[in-house]
Amino acid sequence: MAAIRNAATVAGLVGGALAVGSVQAVDLPEDRAETMYHLYDGGGVIAQGPAVLIRKSMLDRVSLSASYYVDAVSNASIDVVTTASKYKETRDQLDLGLDYVVRDSLIHVSGSKSMEPDYLADTLNVDLTQDVFGGMTTVVLGYSHADDKVGQHGTPGWIGTAHHEQYRLGVTQILTPRWTASANLEAIDDDGYLGSPYRLARVFGTYVHENDPTTRESKALKLSTTGDITGEGATNRSSVRAEYRYYWDTWGVRGHTLELGYNRTLAPGWLAETFVRYYRQNHALFYSDNAPEQTLYVTRNRELSTMHDFGPGATLSYTLKSVPGKYDVKLSASYQFIDFHYADYTDVRTGKPYSYKANVLNTVLSATF
Amino acid sequence: MSRFRPCFETTRATSLLAIVGAAFVLASAAGCAYKPIEPWVKPYERERLADPVMKTSLNELPGRQQDHIYTVREGSRGATGVQGGGCGCN
Repeated sequence: MAAIRNAATVAGLVGGALAVGSVQAVDLPEDRAETMYHLYDGGGVIAQGPAVLIRKSMLDRVSLSASYYVDAVSNASIDVVTTASKYKETRDQLDLGLDYVVRDSLIHVSGSKSMEPDYLADTLNVDLTQDVFGGMTTVVLGYSHADDKVGQHGTPGWIGTAHHEQYRLGVTQILTPRWTASANLEAIDDDGYLGSPYRLARVFGTYVHENDPTTRESKALKLSTTGDITGEGATNRSSVRAEYRYYWDTWGVRGHTLELGYNRTLAPGWLAETFVRYYRQNHALFYSDNAPEQTLYVTRNRELSTMHDFGPGATLSYTLKSVPGKYDVKLSASYQFIDFHYADYTDVRTGKPYSYKANVLNTVLSATF
Repeated sequence: MSRFRPCFETTRATSLLAIVGAAFVLASAAGCAYKPIEPWVKPYERERLADPVMKTSLNELPGRQQDHIYTVREGSRGATGVQGGGCGCN
């Protein structure tokens, strides 16, 4: 029922947007290849690994893409060190995609498979993109379906399954020759085993296995705007970006995300991208640091606590070689700092609210051709 | 197991979105009877908008890393523009 309601809502919005003016042709994504090394280090968790992506068009109507992403995780997070033992595992994710131009629309279909020793996730994505109103408005309508299998080390087979439906709508509008604005709405319905077989909750000071509800309905709305603020006659171009996202779900979580960005070319071939991001949320209805009474649902999942995080990030890109109309090769490096603070999750080792700092890095070698 | 559905706010919000969608359709249908609004930014005036400096990120893969980090560590998800890939967030 929820799925039908979400689909009707999104379809209503898209119907209105598509009806506003004439249609115009859309373009295939540009041919490109990327290779990345990524690293996350924070809160006792180190996740790192390579990732590759290649996208190639053919016959001017079809573009095929494939990517492979590896997360080698060494986990000694506070959950793990206080209730279990440090462990290492690898997550591999394979994505295959196809973009196809049909008349005035771009259809994107992709499949994804994420593999961990104790978790498998298969996802199918379908997106439809259409330029309307003389190319000033771009509308994207998307749907994803995912099937997960949940396992537990030491237990043969799978202990549960989960299913996810995602409905998304995006509208980007050109406002002026310098400014654009966009709105993204996404509804997500989850059903099945949504907790972790390893995670423990506290009731009367005693550790018990968490018990999460088996359904969750979420919605998120993001509004953003980007503008070119290059001065007349200036050599280096610059732009600013502002984004705000509001999230709400049936578990009682409300989240606010604010991100501000500033990009600037520094010299021929050099581009700097900077941003700051702030996020905060309140806790889920059944979250408790140490529950004073026994309830049907209880969790001590930090992700569902009252928390906030904040941090800046920057990317520096350099064009190694460029042959206009043929190809170019770029090298970029990114760094982000994130400061996490939990208001109602106690570090049992110190008795104080838990907090930690994280460093996020990646380097990308990319080519368009 | 009983379905957990404590928040009536979501139902109200969904209804509101449906009403907004219906309003879009009606407004568009009504607009068909009149001369359509002309695009006020011509294609030749969009050079600045296509510049790489206007993009959030030059590459696709870093967005996946970032989205995965936030999805695993924050209660919010969705509306990021990055397609879901599924993850075992144990």
